[in-house]
Amino acid sequence: MANIKISKKLFEKEIGKLDQEMQQKIALFGTTLEGFDDEEIELEIFPNRPDLLSYQGFKRSFLAFLGKKKGLKKYNINKPEKSYLVKIEKSVQEVRPYTVCAIVKKIKFNKEKIKEIIDIQEKLHNTIGRKRKKLAIGIYPLEKITLPITFKALEPDKIKFQPLESPREMSGLEILQRHPTGREYSHLLAGKSKFPIFIDSKNQILSLPPIINSEMTGRITEKTREIFIECSGFNLEILKQCLNIIITTLADMGGKVYQIKVKHPKGVEITPDLEPQKNKISLKNTNKLLGLKLTEKQLKENLEKMGHNYLGQGEVESPAWRTDLLHEVDLIEDVAIAYGYENFIPEIPKISTIGEENPKETTKKKISDILTGLKILEVSNYHLTTKKDLFKKMGIQEKQAQGFIEVEESKTEYNIIRSNLSHYLLKNFSENVDSEYPQHIFEIGRVAFFENSGEIKEQDNLAIAITPGNFTELKQILEYLAKMLDKEIKIKESTEIPAHLIDGRTGDILINNKVIGTIGEVHPKILKNWRIKMPVAILEINLEEIFK
Amino acid sequence: MDLNKLAESLSPNERKILPHLETRNITEISKRANLDKVSTLRALEYLKNKKIIELSQTETKIIELGINGALYKKKGLPERRLLNLLAEKRIIPLQEAQKQSKLSPDEFKASIGALKNKAMIELKSGKIYLNAKQEEISKKSLEEQFIEALQLEQDKLTPEQNFAFESLKKRKNIIELTEKKKIELKITELGRKLMNSRIKAGELIEAITPEVLKSEKNWKGKKFRRYDIESPVPEIFGGKRHFVNQATDYARKIWTEMGFKEMSGNIIQSSFWNFDALFTAQDHPVREMQDTFFIDKKINLPENKELIEQVKKAHEQGVENGKGWQYNWKEEEAKRALLRTHTTCLSSQTLSKLKREDLPAKFFGVGKCFRNETIDWSHGFEFNQTEGIVIDPDANFRNLLGYLKQFAKKIGFEKIRFRPAYFPYTEPSLEGDVWDPKRKEWVELIAAGIFRPEVTKPLLGKAIPVLAWGPGFDRMLMKIYNIKDIRELYSNNITQLRKIKFWEK
Repeated sequence: MANIKISKKLFEKEIGKLDQEMQQKIALFGTTLEGFDDEEIELEIFPNRPDLLSYQGFKRSFLAFLGKKKGLKKYNINKPEKSYLVKIEKSVQEVRPYTVCAIVKKIKFNKEKIKEIIDIQEKLHNTIGRKRKKLAIGIYPLEKITLPITFKALEPDKIKFQPLESPREMSGLEILQRHPTGREYSHLLAGKSKFPIFIDSKNQILSLPPIINSEMTGRITEKTREIFIECSGFNLEILKQCLNIIITTLADMGGKVYQIKVKHPKGVEITPDLEPQKNKISLKNTNKLLGLKLTEKQLKENLEKMGHNYLGQGEVESPAWRTDLLHEVDLIEDVAIAYGYENFIPEIPKISTIGEENPKETTKKKISDILTGLKILEVSNYHLTTKKDLFKKMGIQEKQAQGFIEVEESKTEYNIIRSNLSHYLLKNFSENVDSEYPQHIFEIGRVAFFENSGEIKEQDNLAIAITPGNFTELKQILEYLAKMLDKEIKIKESTEIPAHLIDGRTGDILINNKVIGTIGEVHPKILKNWRIKMPVAILEINLEEIFK
Repeated sequence: MDLNKLAESLSPNERKILPHLETRNITEISKRANLDKVSTLRALEYLKNKKIIELSQTETKIIELGINGALYKKKGLPERRLLNLLAEKRIIPLQEAQKQSKLSPDEFKASIGALKNKAMIELKSGKIYLNAKQEEISKKSLEEQFIEALQLEQDKLTPEQNFAFESLKKRKNIIELTEKKKIELKITELGRKLMNSRIKAGELIEAITPEVLKSEKNWKGKKFRRYDIESPVPEIFGGKRHFVNQATDYARKIWTEMGFKEMSGNIIQSSFWNFDALFTAQDHPVREMQDTFFIDKKINLPENKELIEQVKKAHEQGVENGKGWQYNWKEEEAKRALLRTHTTCLSSQTLSKLKREDLPAKFFGVGKCFRNETIDWSHGFEFNQTEGIVIDPDANFRNLLGYLKQFAKKIGFEKIRFRPAYFPYTEPSLEGDVWDPKRKEWVELIAAGIFRPEVTKPLLGKAIPVLAWGPGFDRMLMKIYNIKDIRELYSNNITQLRKIKFWEK
């Protein structure tokens, strides 16, 4: 989630005093007030509203919400001048098919403004831009470039320019390999035979989107007065909305926006286009979903408080910079926010349903009751485990281990889904050598593994371990448990001894002639692996048969 | 305090030592009471608890006989043995003296030194000459007197003793200095009263044994020795459920009491149920390995082809005049297996199986969920989640708030307030803060919303409102148990598990 910081002084001058009521209003508008001091206010912006990622964007919408400047805000957009042209060549089709552009003039840049623009650019990159994967924005000083501009793709070694923050010229490949920003985003162009570039009519390369601008033509300074902006990516609709978010912000900062003709293989597009989005809302649907009895007039008022225009008959004009209006419900939510969440009267409908817990859970609870009655303590371990704990310490060579499920790119050493509970109980003993003995513990929980067929199998297991403890004592516990559950179990000497148990002291546990688990004494070599200095008896069973 | 009651509360050993307290010497007390030292000390401790005596510990330096010292006490110091020989011979060659005195070279050397220092002998041309007079010889030396007087406390030595101590200290293993903790015993006023009153408690019954119960005469008319009811006893621990599971059981109870039916399912799910069916676009960052645990395995999509077609359409073009996410939805991506990131994947499956005649219906899920995270005090890769859904053709936003208010009240929060929020699969969405009267603050507790038509239309065949909400489970747990570090939920420290309190509700 993205946060924005705004000057408290500016907020209080242009919006209002940040008193208790105002703080409430901010929250009820759907922007969490993360904190504030004498200098700054920090707000959390939800990912569905990238248009609020700048102070200008926030102010515009929030003033409407407060009822101060209702309805759709109008902007003056100037028609393109003669040379305002960007040509998209066919060659970019494969790598980065679209771009939309604009020119903004009469901006007085100072340090703060430059920072503000870079800020919103970065925030848009990281949110709707999906870390530049979906779209990237480039901003250039107009005086350094010569229109018209061409957007085309070239072989990486044919691209040569001096990227930002670099003392010398580099080739396309070099930028990806050597330049810090290049390396960070190199995966976005990896494997492409051609890289996209913006190039002006004097054959100066402006940038290599979505990676980096040129030092010569792509750095905004305090002297810059006019800028060229482009948004390139894969989804034309989103590119347009993103461009609209930026140019409305710049317009709110005092800039004068000009359109550009973007010529692509299929025709000509004039961008930016602030033509309102045409949406529909039904008063009936709104009232039904919200449980309200709004009149059409109230509907109109509430829509205007969220920056929309209501034209009557369900026709709505919405800002061209809103990216989150996918369905009528999104407008209905806007109405709800404008109406005020605090003004809804909660009401429970009189419907009757019967509550019921999963019968397996009831059985698990019963087992727990029986075992805790025997003074056994329940533990609860992670579902993820490590190879070392699951195999090596349990006497299994990693190479021979089979059927385990690994998760991809875990950020910790825990990257295997546990296939039994026993190793965790021994780990618990190992980590509790300082606790008072005897220690009797159990766990009921989910384990998972690949079956021989290759299918994933998940099941609920029960494991009990006692220390100091021996086979007889644990068998007593098991038999008591079975009796209390009214299940007939048999214990037969195991033919296959698990690596952690002792041959001759290990039994298979059977229900209806089906092996459901094993019981036995833990081998000293395993105890040594875990640094346990007390004898341990352990059992583990699959609960499926018990559930039946 | 009633002296009779006090007398009746004395255990047999306490009664045994009581008459001998005056000696104030523990060894003496145990000897006279005919008890071993440990029992005596324990009995003294009990008397102290009853305020009959006061015990204080002081550390004293005790001088005792060393190994050689004990021997010399019996046989006489080496210099005495040499002196006795000299008294007989008056003059004797050195070599001869050592031989006849039967002293070891070391002892002999030390003896010569000691006698020379006192000017009792002289050495001339390899011979020893006795200088001392008879009364000098027969008188016990300071060292000898000192050895006989041991053991002594260093602090209480006379100047003469101190002289002997300094001189013997230099010699090998004659004396030993040890620090001893000495227990000082003082009889309190109450103790004196008790002792002076000469109350005899008579025959008191100690433990009620089967022996005692065998015959009425063993107990009839007799008194029971009074216990010190307030004295501490050793701790014991019972078996109990893990506190997190106590909390999940509690969640089950809340939901079922509110008429919800439990949904269960696997922790390994397909992306389809976990994301696609919940209108989470396939390029959403949460669907990257950075955020979610994926497993290198494809899980088949549901048999219902129409459902898959509808989900695809919802993503690509939206439902009911909506726009959707406008991209090419891929089946292969939806098949990717993962560790569920929320219990909402159970809700999506439940909805897909629901028939029109089952409505209205309420379901809940509770269980472990996962995200690819490092572990620190506030994060982990596993967390607990619980959530409920209400499927009701007539349900609305006000109903959702109504349920939330009821839910909060049920878990003990009278006041709740709502504010807008965002979740990809609900619209409208909200968060609920509850008022914590103990800490006097609003606490973020519940996330909620109404499922989007892009979710419900494919799953239910019609966009029927589905109200959904869930509390921040682990956060609530940490608040209730006053746990500051989330890792404690999973540490399985047995000592701690034995001590942690039962779930309060």
